[in-house]
Amino acid sequence: MPADLLFEIGCEEIPAKMLARALAELPAQLEAKLAAARLAHGGVRALGTPRRLAVIVKQLADRQPDLHEQVVGPPASAAFAPDGSLTKAGQGFAAKNGVAADALQKQEVAGKKGLYVVAARHVVGGETRALLPELLRELAAGIAWPKSMRWGWSETTFVRPVQWLVALLGGEVVGLQWAGQTAGRKTRGHRFLSPGWIESPGARSDAEHRGGWIELRGAEQYAEALRAAHVVVDPAVRRELIEGELARLAKQTSLRVRDDAALLDEVVNLGEYPVGISGQFDPSYLEVPEEIVVTAMRTHLRYFAMEDASGKIANRFATVMATIVKDPAVVQRGNENVLAARLADAKFFFAEDRKHTFDQWNAKLDGIVFQAKLGDGAKTIGDKVRRIVEIVRALGGASGAVRAAALCKADLASTAVGEFPELQGVMGRHYAKLAGEYDVVAGAIEQHWWPKGQGAVLPQTGEAALVAIADRMDTLVGCFAVGLEPTGSADPFGLRRAAIGIWQILLERGWRDTFGKVFDAAVAALAAQGVKLADRKALDEFFRTRLRGILVDDGVPPQDADAVLAETWQDPVDARARAAECARIPREAREVFKRIANILDDAHAKQYALAEQPAPKQPVEVALWNAFSAAQGKQLEGYGALINVLVEIQPQVAAFFDKGGVMVMDPDPAVRGERLKLLAVIYDRFKRIADFRKLGASS
Amino acid sequence: MYLQDLIFTLSKFWADRGCVIEQPVDVEVGAGTFHPATFLRVLGPEPWNAAFVQFSRRPADGRYGDNPNRAGAYYQFQVGLKPSPLHVQDLYLDSLRTIGIDPASHDIRFVEDDWESPTLGAWGLGWEVWCDGQEVTQFTYFQQAGGIDLLPVTAELTYGIERICMYLQDCGNMYDLKWDKHVTYGQLRKEWEREYSTYHFEQLDPAVAFAQFDTYERQCTRLLDVGLVLPAYEQCMKSSHAFNSLDARGAISVTERQRFIGRVRAMARASAHAYVGARARLGFPLLPAAIGQTAKSAYEAAADAGVNAAALAAARAVVPHVGELPRAG
Repeated sequence: MPADLLFEIGCEEIPAKMLARALAELPAQLEAKLAAARLAHGGVRALGTPRRLAVIVKQLADRQPDLHEQVVGPPASAAFAPDGSLTKAGQGFAAKNGVAADALQKQEVAGKKGLYVVAARHVVGGETRALLPELLRELAAGIAWPKSMRWGWSETTFVRPVQWLVALLGGEVVGLQWAGQTAGRKTRGHRFLSPGWIESPGARSDAEHRGGWIELRGAEQYAEALRAAHVVVDPAVRRELIEGELARLAKQTSLRVRDDAALLDEVVNLGEYPVGISGQFDPSYLEVPEEIVVTAMRTHLRYFAMEDASGKIANRFATVMATIVKDPAVVQRGNENVLAARLADAKFFFAEDRKHTFDQWNAKLDGIVFQAKLGDGAKTIGDKVRRIVEIVRALGGASGAVRAAALCKADLASTAVGEFPELQGVMGRHYAKLAGEYDVVAGAIEQHWWPKGQGAVLPQTGEAALVAIADRMDTLVGCFAVGLEPTGSADPFGLRRAAIGIWQILLERGWRDTFGKVFDAAVAALAAQGVKLADRKALDEFFRTRLRGILVDDGVPPQDADAVLAETWQDPVDARARAAECARIPREAREVFKRIANILDDAHAKQYALAEQPAPKQPVEVALWNAFSAAQGKQLEGYGALINVLVEIQPQVAAFFDKGGVMVMDPDPAVRGERLKLLAVIYDRFKRIADFRKLGASS
Repeated sequence: MYLQDLIFTLSKFWADRGCVIEQPVDVEVGAGTFHPATFLRVLGPEPWNAAFVQFSRRPADGRYGDNPNRAGAYYQFQVGLKPSPLHVQDLYLDSLRTIGIDPASHDIRFVEDDWESPTLGAWGLGWEVWCDGQEVTQFTYFQQAGGIDLLPVTAELTYGIERICMYLQDCGNMYDLKWDKHVTYGQLRKEWEREYSTYHFEQLDPAVAFAQFDTYERQCTRLLDVGLVLPAYEQCMKSSHAFNSLDARGAISVTERQRFIGRVRAMARASAHAYVGARARLGFPLLPAAIGQTAKSAYEAAADAGVNAAALAAARAVVPHVGELPRAG
């Protein structure tokens, strides 16, 4: 009878992000192991809290199916002696597969010559209960933690010390030992709220003598039994509870909790039993830039900011406790004090920074290494800033852009950014405004870091966009010049993201001819500091691949993207327009133009002077030429128009190649030449759109 | 609870659970982890349970006595439990209850915090323990020290006793803490903070401190050459403090920083390696004599593979006898 399996690893507090990742990966890992073990099963899901990882398998078969298989052995000539008796090799094969000598058969085997010995093997399927201990041990030991540790005298490693194991199949304990623990049916409830917890410090404190243990009957009532012990084991349920708590706090305070999806994801995995609580801070702290206040709350304390109906930040916060306490006001006061200390520090940093100038910070950048491999005279952030300025100048940047370039990294030397690195750029904007810089300069200092991720906001002004692409291009050329290009999935310097950022900015700005200029300017600026890009091919290819990725993400079929970018790709606006139009090329046209391209290729048709007018003679030739000329005559500029022509002349092209049409490669060189010229002239008109040889069969 | 009662109570609690109540090291250090009772004792196979208060100097955190929460020096109450008991979290929570922090009234959590000391070549995994959002303890399972893999693993608990006491006394300013019935923390500490902030930020002579650093480094090497491990390690502690002071003074550029850290780490590493060898020669005297000899033999047999491998071999030789060893808890 199939039965449900529960496997729980009790653990000391697992870091929130690692827990989320492990829970996401566990079901697939377990399913793969069950498949490899040939165990049929129903749904698999993972549940967990900081103190436990659990998997539940529904309807797990009680045994493997029996296995009937044919095992191919050595060639018959090697297994049997001339007298028909088994050779040593034949005996070995029979013994290895547990079959009697007379059960061996000679057969032909697909893909091999001659007869082979084949044993029909019947393997009785193993019992699930017997297979599980090893399977579950491997599952537990195979979880990939970014960092793991040892404890006590043990050399087992896990994310944190393992405290208990539960393994129940259909309500019966599965005998299993791992990480110093023996699996049973006992789990621990909430650290402080589980019934039976012995609170007296005088009591013996060995884990087995402490309270908080509950007995589980099986997988079916796992979540329910834990809930009774104040553990919400399903992260989705915890999320709902937290959202409910935040909504309650918002209502209570007539404010809104500011959305922060990343923080919510983390908070879901910070406790076993979430309870919301709110608090306030001295409004005078709102005199420092809001971002500092929010960052101090979220990164250090995991507090949510609150705001009024207009979106203005309030001097309140919402946070989530991991337990129920006797008097929430005590915890609230504690949280408020912690925040007050943090905000006092933030205020101190801000006040300290106000005593410094951008020039002083820029001077410090000469002592901060950006990339050591660039060598003396080029390796510091100060050197990088000088290059960015040069690049922006070379691109004809306005004075605001040049000024922003000169100031763009200065805030890295400020104490506020030292304390809150995620505020780089943001603090630069604030300090620039306070220093009396123009808004466009202040804005560009912040926005030159944009986009900050996939789908994130792009720089909003031309000045910001210029500094952003100059900075990124400098990083890319510099890293490629000293052999730091990404390999495999490793991209420690974020070069892929940087290249994608450049394309996104150029596309959004509609800057068609900037790519080559910024590339050359970056090469020149680095060369002036002694860093030479020996070979630009690899970087060119890197950029083309990223642009291809952007087109494909936009829904362009990969083959079409390749076709579009085959000849020319430096103008991303043009490439995108061509890619979009490619979608309109009908299947028949793709086929026939691909054919034309291949014929021209084979015939090395480049020799035909395109300036010369073709002189069609045969009716199909004349029809095609007339159709092409007529369509071309009335068409306007643009790829859309070009595709219209292509569609319009499609019947004549088809007729040209159809039965009853002509043979291009006529034995008469003169005739052949004329036909090739006709095709070359026509194809030349369209190949600007894409390399038809690479185009997919349909869009 | 007065601050000194907090120290008494924690000391008594951990003494009752098998800890030696050590005393602070009489050299300037940035944290209790530098105390030989932690940094050196975590090495090798000998069990060791100790607790002590350590005056910890963080020159860069000085605020002239003006900041209610930050100071250029403070007291750490540090507990080291080697091997880490399986119920060490329960023990720790009991210690909180004993000093009056009841989890039924407070939001206590273990929040991920991986610890690393680049100067000590040490790292561990664990948490910062929060009480109502306030970090009150650093809780670390030591994995490596001086570049040596640790077996058994030590659990290190570092209580921030000022912060805890501010909680217990419901006091918003560290300097208003009552040390005992009559004396405040400010009366004991504020002048020191003011003077040392001035010293570290304004008056410290970088040339002198740089020269001291160089001297400590030379001494460390020389003392290790003549087999004096403990005095050598003392030079390492001193150099670390000289570095911290210079850093606070702004005398070390960002590029030089890594190099200085590397120099301290080299001293810590050399001291740690020498220490394990010295303990092996003594037969790991904190182990019962027969087991210590077993560990010594295993160490010597593996010595050619290096200190790290030999220390692991010694520990593995002890594992079958773990039941016979003293344990905390």
